[in-house]
Amino acid sequence: MRLDDADRRLLRQLLAAPEASTADLATRANMTEATCWRRLTRLRSAGILRGRQAVIDWRKLGWQVEVSLRVTLDKTQPRAFDDFTDAARRVPEILEIQTFLGRVDVRLHVIARDMIHYRQIYRDHILSLPHIADLEALMHLSDIKSDESLPI
Amino acid sequence: MIELDETDRALLRALAQDATQSAGALGRKLGLSQPAAWRRVNRLRDAGAIARHRLDLDLAALGFGVTVFLGISLASKGRASLADFERAVSAIPEVQTVQHVLGLYDYRLRVVARDLPDFERVLRRRIMTLPGVGAVDANVLLSEERRPGPL
Repeated sequence: MRLDDADRRLLRQLLAAPEASTADLATRANMTEATCWRRLTRLRSAGILRGRQAVIDWRKLGWQVEVSLRVTLDKTQPRAFDDFTDAARRVPEILEIQTFLGRVDVRLHVIARDMIHYRQIYRDHILSLPHIADLEALMHLSDIKSDESLPI
Repeated sequence: MIELDETDRALLRALAQDATQSAGALGRKLGLSQPAAWRRVNRLRDAGAIARHRLDLDLAALGFGVTVFLGISLASKGRASLADFERAVSAIPEVQTVQHVLGLYDYRLRVVARDLPDFERVLRRRIMTLPGVGAVDANVLLSEERRPGPL
C-alpha cells in the first residue's frame, strides 16, 4: 500500500494521540470523519496499523528498579540463542527480550521491586540462564523521551 | 503505590495486549458488568497504572527497515551539558526513545531509519553533532519480544 500525504498526516496525529476518537482524529488531521474512518480501515487491512496496547507504569505499581542487561552469548554453542531466549521467557520480571547484531547479542529489560529484590532475581534467575559469556548492566535513571515518534 | 486486586491485574493484562477493547468486551471476558469494568479501567488510568498507549505499527511496511540502539557517553558531564544534550536529542525525529542510564553509557537511544545508509546519515549529521557527545556504541535490532511482566 502506498501512503499519501493525508495518510501520513493521519498517522502523525494518531502517534501524537493514540487514544483519540475517530471524530477527534478527523479534526486534528483536517479531514471529514467519514474519510478518517475509511483511511484508518485501509491502514488496518493493509497490516500497517496492527493495534494499540496499554503501557503499564511499573513504578506506580511498586516496581522501582529497572535494569537493561546486555548479554553476550557463547556462540560456540549452536543453540545458544534459542536456549537462552526460551529460558528468559520463563522469568516473569523480564519485560523485553531483544536480539542484536553487534557487540551485544541479547538485551533483557528487567524490573524489580527494590535493589534487594533485584539482587535475588539476578542471582537466582538471570545468572542461571544458559550460555552467558558476558553480562553488563545499565540501571535506568529516567525516561527522557518515550513517545516512540516516527519521522513520517 | 497502587494496590491491585486480581480483577485489576486481569484488566491490565488484557489492556496491555489490546487497548482497543471496549468496557463491555472487557467485562464479558472477566465476568464484570459494563459499568463496573468502565469504572475499574478509569480508576487504573487515573491512578497512573497505565502510563500511555502505544500504537503497534508495521515499521517495515512504513519504510523503516532498520532499528538501532545506541549507547552514548557524554564527553563532559556538567548539569548544563546534560540538559542541553537531552533537549537536542529529544528533538531528533528519528530518535524514538531516550533513557538516562547508569553504567557503561550515559544515555540509551532507540533510532529508526529507512536502511543502513539512512542510519549512517542520521548518525553522522544528527547524533555525532549533538552537544557533548562522546563515545557511541551501536547495535542493530534483529528481533524484539514484549513479555506480559509480573502481573
